[in-house]
Amino acid sequence: MYDPTVARLTYRALLGRRRALILGALPLLLIVLSVAVRALTGADDQTASDVLGGFAIATMVPIIGVIAGTGAIGPEIDDGSVVYLLSKPLKRPTIIFTKLIVAIAVTMVFSAVPTLIAGLILNGNGQQIAVAYTVAALVSSIAYSALFLLLGTVSRHAVVFGLVYALVWEALFGSLVPGARTLSVQQWSLAVAHKIAGGDLVTSDVSLTTATVLLVAVTALATWYAGQKLRTLKLAGEE
Amino acid sequence: MTTLSIDHVSRWFGNVVAVNDITMTIGPGVTGLLGPNGAGKSTLINMMGGFLAPSTGTVTLDGQPVWRNERIYQHIGIVPEREAMYDFLTGREFVVANAELHGLGAKAAQKALATVEMEYAQDRSISTYSKGMRQRVKMASALVHEPSLLLLDEPFNGMDPRQRMQLMDLLRKMGDEGRTVLFSSHILEEVEQLARHIEVVVAGRHAASGDFRKIRRLMTDRPHRYLVRSSDDRALAAALIADPSTAGIEVDMSEGALRIQAVDFGRFTVLLPKVARDHGIRLLTVSPSDESLESVFSYLVAA
Ligand SMILES: Nc1ncnc2c1ncn2[C@@H]1O[C@H](COP(=O)(O)OP(=O)(O)O)[C@@H](O)[C@H]1O
Ligand SMILES: [Mg+2]
Repeated sequence: MYDPTVARLTYRALLGRRRALILGALPLLLIVLSVAVRALTGADDQTASDVLGGFAIATMVPIIGVIAGTGAIGPEIDDGSVVYLLSKPLKRPTIIFTKLIVAIAVTMVFSAVPTLIAGLILNGNGQQIAVAYTVAALVSSIAYSALFLLLGTVSRHAVVFGLVYALVWEALFGSLVPGARTLSVQQWSLAVAHKIAGGDLVTSDVSLTTATVLLVAVTALATWYAGQKLRTLKLAGEE
Repeated sequence: MTTLSIDHVSRWFGNVVAVNDITMTIGPGVTGLLGPNGAGKSTLINMMGGFLAPSTGTVTLDGQPVWRNERIYQHIGIVPEREAMYDFLTGREFVVANAELHGLGAKAAQKALATVEMEYAQDRSISTYSKGMRQRVKMASALVHEPSLLLLDEPFNGMDPRQRMQLMDLLRKMGDEGRTVLFSSHILEEVEQLARHIEVVVAGRHAASGDFRKIRRLMTDRPHRYLVRSSDDRALAAALIADPSTAGIEVDMSEGALRIQAVDFGRFTVLLPKVARDHGIRLLTVSPSDESLESVFSYLVAA
């Protein structure tokens, strides 16, 4: 199911200098922001929750998910180098599963770790807020990676679609329009975080059961479908 | 024995018919797939390699379907036309990765790198390679598992003459070992030099098939057209038309020249200067008007 060579190639491609810089930019911004907020307002649970929920979970995690998820396969399909994977006696779902694991790992490292650090800076994990949002980042990393890996497999404009989804749907509708919230990875992960954090500092529109079912279902379906798409991927010729 | 069978295969993209009802069998030895740009060679090779589903028809390797059958790649090596190949790796890392994906190790990779004589640059990043070096590393990646079928799409593009000779020697050797080697090219001379057997594709159709002598004959026996200007076009036309090697003459008023169609190429090239001399006519221009490869190919299709 997991192929170490495919994983190595994917890591090298994802963590190439330019992409690593982009991946590192938002986490750096989050930490700088947290230091500034803490210095200006002192440790405050509500403020900590606002910063982590409004920026880390609503914006940073989905964007990193887009970069890692689509970047794990999209560029290879675009430039045709995926032919070196496809011309091997490897099961297509193995390629997808391996790339999913890599995308999840990269998204987790670049989103959950800075979320935890930011939380510690903001209020020293008071009310378990830092841990709660870190778990939310970990959980949503899985679903975003699966969704955006599928997008990278089926579309040549995956990054654009992914960013539109991440910014418009997750960050805007996901926080403002009630109906859209049920179908938002962000809300599912917040349902998990809600169980961890003290009081009502972290809230979600969906129940933990619904969230868990949807998270598992979306991740599994997206991964399965990406494997199917890769089986019948037609390699376009030059141009 | 490895035989690739293409059976009534067509492939269209929207309204474009890229490959039109082609049936051919590729056996051991070196086969050249010859055709002008846009003929459908890459589309055909992509279907042979299992990267593209035929719209109709089937491609099989020793009876096994190629499409949607990953295990077939134990027997197939592919050298794609496109350049991209994990440029951030070194040549060695790239070939080792390809070997590992076949379940092989660094030893197989090293052997393949030696075969294509790329050991000297194996630790340099691929992004620094010339086109010929890339081509050879691609070749090494296709050879790691010693496939019985090797498919190469325009492998000589961008190679200098020495690299070309080297690759030709290598492919010839592989053909002599009994492997089935198929390469595409739009250059007749290239195909003639290397291929025992030639398949000609034009505008998606299978135009001709045979050894290079047969293809050469098909190409030179076709009617040749010439544009001729002389000091006395009328007298020249009258004298030429009497000879059976001349199939037709037109007086092109706008060009102020004769358009001559010759059936017997050899005889006509002797006849023309002789007739001119005998009648005291001075030849001003003699130019073949359809010598492009394209026109040769279109003649083959019309035949
Ligand atoms: N993915 C594609 N989409 C649309 N048209 C294509 C595609 N691939 C090839 N074609 C068309 O099919 C024809 C054959 O192309 P190709 O197989 O690349 O020819 P060759 O390799 O002989 O130059 C061309 O007209 C080309 O434009
Ligand atoms: Mg081509």
